[in-house]
Amino acid sequence: MDATFFMNVISAGLLTGLVYGLMALGLSVIFGVMRVVNFAHGDMMVVAMYAAYLLFNKLGIEPVPALPLVAGGLFVVGYLLQRLLINRFLGVTEHIQFLLLLSVAIIITNGVLMVFGPDARNVQLDAAFESYSIGPLVLDKVRVIAALTAAAAAAALWAFFRYTTTGTAIRACADNPIGARVVGLDVERLYAVTFGIGTACVGAAGCLLLLLVDVHPHLAHDYTLLGFIIVILGGLGSLGGALLGGVLVGLSEALSGVLIAPSLKSMFSFGLLILVLLLRPQGILGRKA
Amino acid sequence: MSDNATSLSASITRRGFTTAAAAGALVSAAGLPLRSARAAAPLKLGVLLPRSGHLALIGQACQRGAEIGLPMLRDMGYSVELMNADTESNPDVGRTQAEKLIREGAHMLMGCFDSATTLAVAGVAEQKGVPFVVNIASEPKLTEQGFKYVFRNFPSAGMLGKGGLMLFKDIFAATGTTPKTAVLLHINDSFGMAMLGGINALMPKLDMPFQIVETIAYDPKARDLSIEVSKAKAAKADMVMTVTRLNDAILLVREMVKQQVETMGIISPGAPGMYEKQFAKALGKYADYCTTNVPWFDPHQEMTKELEKAFEKAFPEETFDLNIGFTFEAVLIAADAYKRAGSTDPNVLTEALRATNLTKRAMLGGPIKFEANGQNMNLISAAVQNLGGKPTVTLPAASAVAKPVFPMPPFKGRA
Repeated sequence: MDATFFMNVISAGLLTGLVYGLMALGLSVIFGVMRVVNFAHGDMMVVAMYAAYLLFNKLGIEPVPALPLVAGGLFVVGYLLQRLLINRFLGVTEHIQFLLLLSVAIIITNGVLMVFGPDARNVQLDAAFESYSIGPLVLDKVRVIAALTAAAAAAALWAFFRYTTTGTAIRACADNPIGARVVGLDVERLYAVTFGIGTACVGAAGCLLLLLVDVHPHLAHDYTLLGFIIVILGGLGSLGGALLGGVLVGLSEALSGVLIAPSLKSMFSFGLLILVLLLRPQGILGRKA
Repeated sequence: MSDNATSLSASITRRGFTTAAAAGALVSAAGLPLRSARAAAPLKLGVLLPRSGHLALIGQACQRGAEIGLPMLRDMGYSVELMNADTESNPDVGRTQAEKLIREGAHMLMGCFDSATTLAVAGVAEQKGVPFVVNIASEPKLTEQGFKYVFRNFPSAGMLGKGGLMLFKDIFAATGTTPKTAVLLHINDSFGMAMLGGINALMPKLDMPFQIVETIAYDPKARDLSIEVSKAKAAKADMVMTVTRLNDAILLVREMVKQQVETMGIISPGAPGMYEKQFAKALGKYADYCTTNVPWFDPHQEMTKELEKAFEKAFPEETFDLNIGFTFEAVLIAADAYKRAGSTDPNVLTEALRATNLTKRAMLGGPIKFEANGQNMNLISAAVQNLGGKPTVTLPAASAVAKPVFPMPPFKGRA
């Protein structure tokens, strides 16, 4: 195994990690503002993947151009879900929230199973098989697009929360919900917008992931779990942390796969998680409660 | 009740029910054993398949195989009713469903596609004393553990590996090209590990002309196989050997195309994945020339032609593959044993299964006959290569529909 081989492995791990990061961004945004752990995260991504699949098959729109449409659609779904359902459970104990979102996840999984059946579906595009050759480096085209989108989404979210009035209001709700109400902010609406933003991120990730993996109804559980590992590593509620967590998981999987055994690579993500929980429970970029 | 039931019998009318009830009362009053009554009612066959979960695609294909042949079996004078249950690709669920089917009156069990679930169900069958016909599962323990009620119409991992490896030599001989090295990528579940054990044991015994220079194990539920493929690429082997399921087979070949891994061939010594419809659908032109050495249909058998015709009529969008064939044959074996036994007594049924001798069949090999340990002794593998998007028998020559292509054309520039 030469240096070129390791360069390829590291770049693949890095790109995969950024895709993981994009997927985890939404989870982090929702928790960071509302302290709600979205157990239906992976299931919402599966819905986005099916939406992208339908747009391609019925209207011929490829997943990357379909991204704004799917993200917009998921924003509406998230907004309504928060407005009509989750807002009613914000004051209750955490385990009730867990049960609520687990129920939503089970309903979504079984719903897509009823509508689409158990068959795996995919979109067949030449781009899904293409790669860029830069000297000895071979970079997967889809992962490059997904990684750039992830970085752009994280930057856009950061700018939104930092520079816009709505973003500032959402941060105020996150810091002090009672204070936000006192100064006249519509906290429920802002929470709904936040949940919508979180699900829109998942929608974007779903479109890109459809180019990498085939979608089927039972795909959600693995990605929900992966999302949790990433955001806990990076720090719950931190946008940069979600990307950093994704990259760490991607790199640890890649390097452990090469240096030890590919079948043990998931073990290293969990090992990393335990290490962070022991040494820095709030996550690498997280703030202490 | 089981999930659903598919029956060859006519539906029960009120008059029929009253008559049957009266007859039943008379028989009970006479103290006759109902269970071993003459086979007037159909055999209740408990069908256990992974119709959901990560093996759902293959489980559904098997289910189609169980159901598509029912009219054919009726025409042949067999009487069978299917009691369908979903194992959810989970051995624990399989065990519970098997117990439930037996409680609900299943006379015999059939299934379960994956080795781990099949082994769990075999344990239930032995404990309850209910005969169990294995449609597909290659775990050696199923026929080496001393089970009395288990009969397998599918090769064990050792048989599968041996048949598959022998065909490698035949492919090289037929095409005049012999690779020197290979990299083996395999899943690490019970099937994958059993296959690995078989391959490692058989390679020196069979004096294979190539050497395995790298063995890479991975999780069959893996989300991403880029690292595995990078490692395989770094091995710089002439050929890639695979032991896969379906989803990982797709990920593997897609990743090989992306990482520009050009090889003389991608050949499986006997595993699912590459001959399946979804594989061709997901990979298009890149699915072509992948070869799987597996037990397959005998294209020249009348029963195969009839089954294929019925299948294509009912499921024009689906692929007619070994999952359909072996599951159909498992139902045939069960129905045939019941017809000869004339009883639903489990021990009588078991003896009838042991005496099976079915000369008319759909799959390659001689008559279906079981050894003392319950293993069908007459099974052979075929080299099935994807050509023009369809799995095609290329060897043995007597059953071949096309000639094998090796080395395969590179991915780059494929039309």
